[in-house]
Amino acid sequence: MIVPHGHVLILAGILFLMGAVCAVARRNLIMILIGVEIMLNAAGLALVGASLKWQQLDGQVFVLFIMAVAAAEVSVGLALIVYSQRRTGSVDADSYNLMKG
Amino acid sequence: MTLYAIVFYLLAIIIVAATGLAITRRHAVHAVCYLIFSFFGTALLFYLLGAPLLAVLEVIIYAGAIMVLFLFIVMMLQIETSAATSRDLLRQWAPAVVLGLISLGVAAALISAEPGSRLKLKTAMAAPREFGLYLFQHYWYPVEIASLLLFIALVGALYLGRRDVKRDEGQSGETI
Repeated sequence: MIVPHGHVLILAGILFLMGAVCAVARRNLIMILIGVEIMLNAAGLALVGASLKWQQLDGQVFVLFIMAVAAAEVSVGLALIVYSQRRTGSVDADSYNLMKG
Repeated sequence: MTLYAIVFYLLAIIIVAATGLAITRRHAVHAVCYLIFSFFGTALLFYLLGAPLLAVLEVIIYAGAIMVLFLFIVMMLQIETSAATSRDLLRQWAPAVVLGLISLGVAAALISAEPGSRLKLKTAMAAPREFGLYLFQHYWYPVEIASLLLFIALVGALYLGRRDVKRDEGQSGETI
């Protein structure tokens, strides 16, 4: 007996919302990407908890795919950040105002 | 309260504290370092919840590969950090935190209303061999798609990260 399943879900929810707050409130593009990583990690935690609750391995398999997606996302995202830093000289999301009237 | 429950709550406190510190740091390097703590805690939690292979992969992929990639990029780019003013706190953090707390309250109410969520989890362990057999027997096709996705991400990162040949030539005065 570990803990009720709800506690795992609430922990995952807290982590997910922390990631969402980080992605919304920060202006640094790298911190926004870190927020997305935290959200993906929280989703994985919820899936592992569900996998244990129903004693099925499918949840753990999906965490593996989430890890693959996170790795792909972060590599392309960081390449985009480097590219836009080279183009505009800044990684601040507020400084991208090229189309401002 | 069993030993497993104590370990779970301790790990939960560590993870939430490390993540909370990570998202509020001004320098990205500090955030990444705290996040490594958070991912180690999550790996231990995965082990507690019966996923030893995922715990190892969490350390290797998240704490090892992804965070080191972040550190490289942070070191590569020269980022100017501006001090957060109280205006920033009010205009950016306040709405996000308020919305997050409201969502958390709604989620907690929904979860506690569900009777199945009070069910105590039994300890179980999916051995890596069993997990691998299950993965390749039932999900071999998604595994191939994931490998393709990683390959495409590699190509995309290489394409985005290449030197801009045309612009370099343009700067040296040789226009085509």
